[in-house]
Amino acid sequence: MTTEQTRPAGSRSPLRQHSVAADDFAARPWPGAGREYDLVMEFVVAVLVVGALVVGLAAVFSSPDEKSLTVKAWAQATPNDFVATAASELAGTSVSESELGRPYNSTGGNQKLGPLGLQKAAGVRIPVDSVNDFVITPLSSLPATPELSAALASWKAAPAAQQQKWGGAYSDALASKAAGGNPAKVAAGDYGPVPVLTASLLAMAQGGGLQAVIQGEGGFYNTDYTKSVLFLADGTYLEDHAVAEHLGGDQWGMMNETQSYPGQSWMWLYSFWYQIEPFKSSPNADALVWGLMMILSLGLLLIPFLPGIRSLPRWIPIHRLIWRDYYRAHPRPQR
Amino acid sequence: MGRADRLMAVGLDGKAHFISWGPFQISLANLLVIALIVVLFVLAIVLPFPKQRSRP
Amino acid sequence: MTTRADSPAERRSWTSRVRERAEVALPPDKLLPDRQPEYVASWIYVFGVATIAALIFIVASGVVLTLEGPQWYHVSAVGHFVNSVHLWSVELFFVFMVVHLWGKFWMAAWRGRRVMTWITGVVSFLASIGAAFTGYLVQTNFDSQWISSEAKDGLNSVGIGAWFNVVNVGQMLLWHVVLLPLVVGAIVVWHVLLVRRHGVVPPLDAREETSP
Repeated sequence: MTTEQTRPAGSRSPLRQHSVAADDFAARPWPGAGREYDLVMEFVVAVLVVGALVVGLAAVFSSPDEKSLTVKAWAQATPNDFVATAASELAGTSVSESELGRPYNSTGGNQKLGPLGLQKAAGVRIPVDSVNDFVITPLSSLPATPELSAALASWKAAPAAQQQKWGGAYSDALASKAAGGNPAKVAAGDYGPVPVLTASLLAMAQGGGLQAVIQGEGGFYNTDYTKSVLFLADGTYLEDHAVAEHLGGDQWGMMNETQSYPGQSWMWLYSFWYQIEPFKSSPNADALVWGLMMILSLGLLLIPFLPGIRSLPRWIPIHRLIWRDYYRAHPRPQR
Repeated sequence: MGRADRLMAVGLDGKAHFISWGPFQISLANLLVIALIVVLFVLAIVLPFPKQRSRP
Repeated sequence: MTTRADSPAERRSWTSRVRERAEVALPPDKLLPDRQPEYVASWIYVFGVATIAALIFIVASGVVLTLEGPQWYHVSAVGHFVNSVHLWSVELFFVFMVVHLWGKFWMAAWRGRRVMTWITGVVSFLASIGAAFTGYLVQTNFDSQWISSEAKDGLNSVGIGAWFNVVNVGQMLLWHVVLLPLVVGAIVVWHVLLVRRHGVVPPLDAREETSP
C-alpha cells in the first residue's frame, strides 16, 4: 500500500501540531483491525430497496399535474381583471412595464445587492415591449373592423404621452368606486381609443386567439415563454390561483407543491428569509436573499476551514454514538 | 378518520394542510418529509449495525 | 503492488503515465475493497449508497420520460406513472442525501485530507438543487407557470436571469436533461472515487489509541 500521502508535521507551529498530527493519522491507511464489508452487495440491496420504495410511493401517491392556466380561461373567468391588465399595459403601469425592469426593459425595479447593481449591469437582454407585444400587435392581427381599425390608427398616431394619458385615465376610471372594475360602469371621459382596444383584446382572449398570437410572435418555432408568462403574471389571475394553493412568496410558497404533495422542502432556508425582516419589506429582497444564500452555501462548502463550526462535531459528541462499538473496544487512555 | 388515513385513502390530490407557528408555515407533506429525515438520522445512529466477524 | 519494468520510451508516454498514476491512486483493491476498517459499523454509512440508488432511479425514470418528450405524461397513464417515479425518487434522493450530509458533518469527515470529498459532496448537493429546480420549470403545467414567474424575479435581481431565462422552456429543458445531469453525474463519480481513494474517515481521537 502506498503511503505517499503522509507529510512531516514538524514544520507547522507547535500550537497546531496536535491537530496536524491527528490529521496526518487520519490521512494514512487505517492501521487497525478490519471487518468484512461487501460493497457490491450493499449497492445491489440499496438499489432493490430504493427501487421498491419509489415504485411503491409512485403507485400509492402518484404525482401532481395541475393543468396550465390559459389566457382564454383568465379572460373568461375574470374579465374585469383582464381588462384592467390590458388598460395597465396601455398606461405603461403594468408590472412587466413599470416594476420588472431589466432584462426586459430599462424602467424601474432594478435591485441592488449592497453597492452592486448587478441587475442594471446585465442590461436589457430579453427585450419585451408590453404595449405592442401584448396589445397592439395581437389586435393588428385580427380581421379589420371599422371600429378597431379606427382605434388602432388613432392609437398609433398619438404621441406616447397622449397614449399613456388615455391609458392612465381609463385605468383610474376602471379602478374607481363607481365602476368597481366593470368596464360597462365606467363614467364617460377622455380615454381615446383605449376602451375599444381593451374590449377587443378581451373578446380576442375569450375566443382563444390571443395566447397563440403572443406566443407566436417569436416565429413558427418558439420554446421561449417569456412574453406569455409575463403577460399572464401582469394580471392577478395567476397569483390568485397560486396564493389559494399556498404557493405565494410570503407563504413559504417556494418550498410548497400544488395539492397536498411534498415540494422542494430543501428550499426551506431560501424561503425562510422572505418571511422575516429586513428582507420581507425590502425593495431589494430578491437580491439580498440570493446574496445571503450564496454566502451560506459557500460557508457549507468551506466548513472544513471555518474555525468553530468545524469543531462542532468535537464539542457535540454525536460521533461517540456513531462509533460507540469502536470506542468501547478502544477506551480513551488516561491523560 | 385521521389525517394519515385520509392521505392513504384518497392520495395527495386533495387540499393541503398547513401548520403555522409565528413566521413559520409548512405544509403537512413537507413536514412529514423533514420529519422522515430526522427519524432516519436518529435511527441510523442509534440502531445497532449487524455484527460481522472481526479479525486484525 | 506490481512495479512495471517498462522500457524508458514507454515510461515517458502519456498513456503509461496516466495508467501508472491511476494504478497508484486507485489500485483495484482500493477501488473495490472487500474489507473496511472495524469502525465502519453503523447504519449511517448506508445513506451515501442509498442516495446513489435514488439517483439511479431519477436518471432511469428521466430517460423514459425523455423518450416521449416533456408533455407525454399529461396524456398517458404510463407516462404519469413514470413521472411519479421521477418525483418520488427525487424526494427520496434529497432525504437520503441530507441524512448522509448530517452524518458526515457530525463525523467531521473532512479530516485527513478529505476536504475535497466534502467539497464535491456539497457541490453535488447544490447542483442537485439546481437540477431539481429546472425539473419543476419544465413540467409544462400550472406549477411551472407559477414557479418560473416567481423565480425569474429572484434571478433577474442579480443579473443571472438575463442569461439563464427560467421562462424559456426550451433552454430550461436542455439544462434539465443534459447540462445539470452531466454536472451532477460527473461530481458524484468524482466524489465516490475520492471516497474510495482516501478511505472512510477514522473516528475522532482514534490517534491516541492506535498510532505508534
